Amino acid sequence: MTARSRFSARLDLEQGRVDMSHGAGGRAMAQLIDELFKQALDNEWLAQGNDQALFSVPPGRLVMSTDAHVVSPLFFPGGDIGSLAVHGTINDVAMSGARPLHLAASFILEEGFPLADLARIVASLAQAAREAGVAVVTGDTKVVERGKGDGVFITTTGIGVVPEGIAISGDRARPGDVILINGHIGDHGIAILSQRENLGFETVIQSDSAALHGLIADMVAAVPDIHCLRDPTRGGLATTLNELAQQSGVGMRIREADIPVREAVSAACELLGLDPAYVANEGKLVAICPADAAETLLATMRAHPLGAQSAIIGEVVEDPLGFVQMQTRFGGERLLDWLAGEQLPRIC
Amino acid sequence: MCLAIPARVTHVTRIDPAIDTAVVDLGGVSREVSIALVPEVEVGDYVLVHVGYALNRISEEEAQETLKLMAEMTRLLDEEMGNADAVAKPA
Amino acid sequence: MKYIDEFRDQRLARQLAAAIAAEVDPARQYRLMEFCGGHTHAIFRYGVQQLMPPNLRFVHGPGCPVCVLPMARLDQAMAMTREHGVTLCTYGDLMRVPASGRQTLLKAKAAGADVRMIYSTQDVLRIARDEPERQVVFMAIGFETTTPPTAVAILQARAEGLKNLSFLCNHVLTPPALRAILSLAGPEGVRLDGILGPSHVSTVIGTRPYAFVPREFGLPVVIAGFEPLDVMQSALMLVRQINDCRREVENQYSRAVGEGGNARALELMARVFVTRPSFEWRGLGFLPESALALAEDYADLDAERRFPVTVEASHEIKGCECPAILRGLKEPTECRLFGTVCTPDNPMGACMVSSEGACAAYWSHRTHMPSSGLNR
Repeated sequence: MTARSRFSARLDLEQGRVDMSHGAGGRAMAQLIDELFKQALDNEWLAQGNDQALFSVPPGRLVMSTDAHVVSPLFFPGGDIGSLAVHGTINDVAMSGARPLHLAASFILEEGFPLADLARIVASLAQAAREAGVAVVTGDTKVVERGKGDGVFITTTGIGVVPEGIAISGDRARPGDVILINGHIGDHGIAILSQRENLGFETVIQSDSAALHGLIADMVAAVPDIHCLRDPTRGGLATTLNELAQQSGVGMRIREADIPVREAVSAACELLGLDPAYVANEGKLVAICPADAAETLLATMRAHPLGAQSAIIGEVVEDPLGFVQMQTRFGGERLLDWLAGEQLPRIC
Repeated sequence: MCLAIPARVTHVTRIDPAIDTAVVDLGGVSREVSIALVPEVEVGDYVLVHVGYALNRISEEEAQETLKLMAEMTRLLDEEMGNADAVAKPA
Repeated sequence: MKYIDEFRDQRLARQLAAAIAAEVDPARQYRLMEFCGGHTHAIFRYGVQQLMPPNLRFVHGPGCPVCVLPMARLDQAMAMTREHGVTLCTYGDLMRVPASGRQTLLKAKAAGADVRMIYSTQDVLRIARDEPERQVVFMAIGFETTTPPTAVAILQARAEGLKNLSFLCNHVLTPPALRAILSLAGPEGVRLDGILGPSHVSTVIGTRPYAFVPREFGLPVVIAGFEPLDVMQSALMLVRQINDCRREVENQYSRAVGEGGNARALELMARVFVTRPSFEWRGLGFLPESALALAEDYADLDAERRFPVTVEASHEIKGCECPAILRGLKEPTECRLFGTVCTPDNPMGACMVSSEGACAAYWSHRTHMPSSGLNR
């Protein structure tokens, strides 16, 4: 941190707004980076002030993942676009079994966006990164004209290293494998919608946004032969199961009664005509492992704070057509199909 | 266009019958609805909610009656299965 | 959740399923038309069909207002956005229904039309108040369940003197549609043994309007609730009527449906609407006295008068069997386009778009359910 600002006046983080000069590459942009980004993110790489970050990587296979974050509203119960960006990319990297190493973050800011909001988002992003033990080592900022961006878009890229002996991939599910989830589904999507649809909650539904690499490290240590890991984000649990089924060329049989859903999330879905199986999550993972490892994996997951409500929800079966079938809570059967288009609140 | 959900009235705001509203609760989720179609609701009533409106009140007595009837309809089957004597079916 | 969980109880479901299996006559078929799209949805969501004996099938009726809306009425709404630059408010269900030229409201929105998805007519009033410079048009669709909320909004618009709000009325009536379907029944058409009456339409209109069904068509009717146990209990009640040769209107959904319906709702509807002499239904042709328009007193709030547009007559995409499917004359699997070019991602007709359309429902069970084979 500098003892005294290099600039004639500090950024007005209370009333100020992003303007085109903040993206122009000149002094104003340097100030934005110095006083807002570097202040919050503060690490050896950013302190160097280069356009790139130099680091060594431990031995092993590298994994890289990238995500653009365009969530609206920017702030929601349980998080914001900043923490979401960090959690999302850490999770994508970690779903390979990798230990996340570093993140890059680029911001596209809309002219007129309040600096106070930006500071809040960056602080949240920084805190999420710190708590996860993963540094944001490089970044970029651009500004677009008013009307050409939804306040702020964030793109994060992450890299990680996969330990030897781990081969987790969406095409490894086999008939007989067991399917697990680490907790309640639908929290994130409902938390977001509750802001948009004027739904009030007696106990506020929080987004479940969380970095899962710690949980995954425990899981992989206990059961190295996990076949698949994936986080059910957009499109929900149903979409992720269908993706995995298709990639692996198998079918699945799921039991609705075993899928954890909070009562308030169920209720909100009833009111809006939504199906929790298709609602987004940001702190959940689907794990598929051989049947003989299932109990061990379940116990390991339940022992971790982010897996306390873990459950076995079904099995992988032979099915060249790749259908995901669900036994309903009611005792009947239905197909848990791909989502067609966007899930719009239904009245019919 | 039938999706309507039963919810409990927790609060009523009366200004004018055309624009009166109520807050309803379902499983911990609350929402404001118009009661223009059911102006006589009171706190504690259950109503059907459809597109932001309370559509009709739900009768607790009738609900219990329906459940009782369901149980009876199936109890008679148990009796028939386990009992050689004929049992009269309800009309 | 009260009044929900009790009517989804698994134990009672098994008992009802056993009762139905025990009481059906193995020598005959029980073809029960569930008229309301909400029932189609409940049956598929809970897998109720699998709990029924093989000789009891639910036949899907045209009780889905999205499915029966002719393309021309959707074209009309889109033309209003194009020619008059209106802000079109619509329920979510309509956003992906294909109109002429495979155009949808969602695509029109992407191309710059001001289309807003709303949840309630109260949202429409709010938009009109907040944006006085915009001309707001509400695309009003639905059976009698959804009509009273439109009536309330019309009266409020009048009371507030809102000059920038009008209503495009496509509300349709259930009894005439039911009559049209039943008139098609017979050796050449759809064969039915009983009717599961709609839940929430009946909440509004009561049970009396269904009296003509046993009287003129000799079919039993049970007004059925929305939850899976309601559907099953109603099926059992129909089985009993059929076995006993009784032909009555029974009310299983008595907790929400009274004989006279919702008098207040009916009164408000009568104030602002009149019955159109004739209205086109997708798949059923022109039906007399089957739809509503704004009454003369409220002509100033009628979007059709405020924003006249010309559209061509509707015609289905070549090969689309929605009309026959809506009448229960064909099954989705008999449509050439089903599953080939017509899928939920790329719907050709309304039966596939709406989650209650027969085609969308069949899609969910493709290859995993035997064909019902009961439509002849």
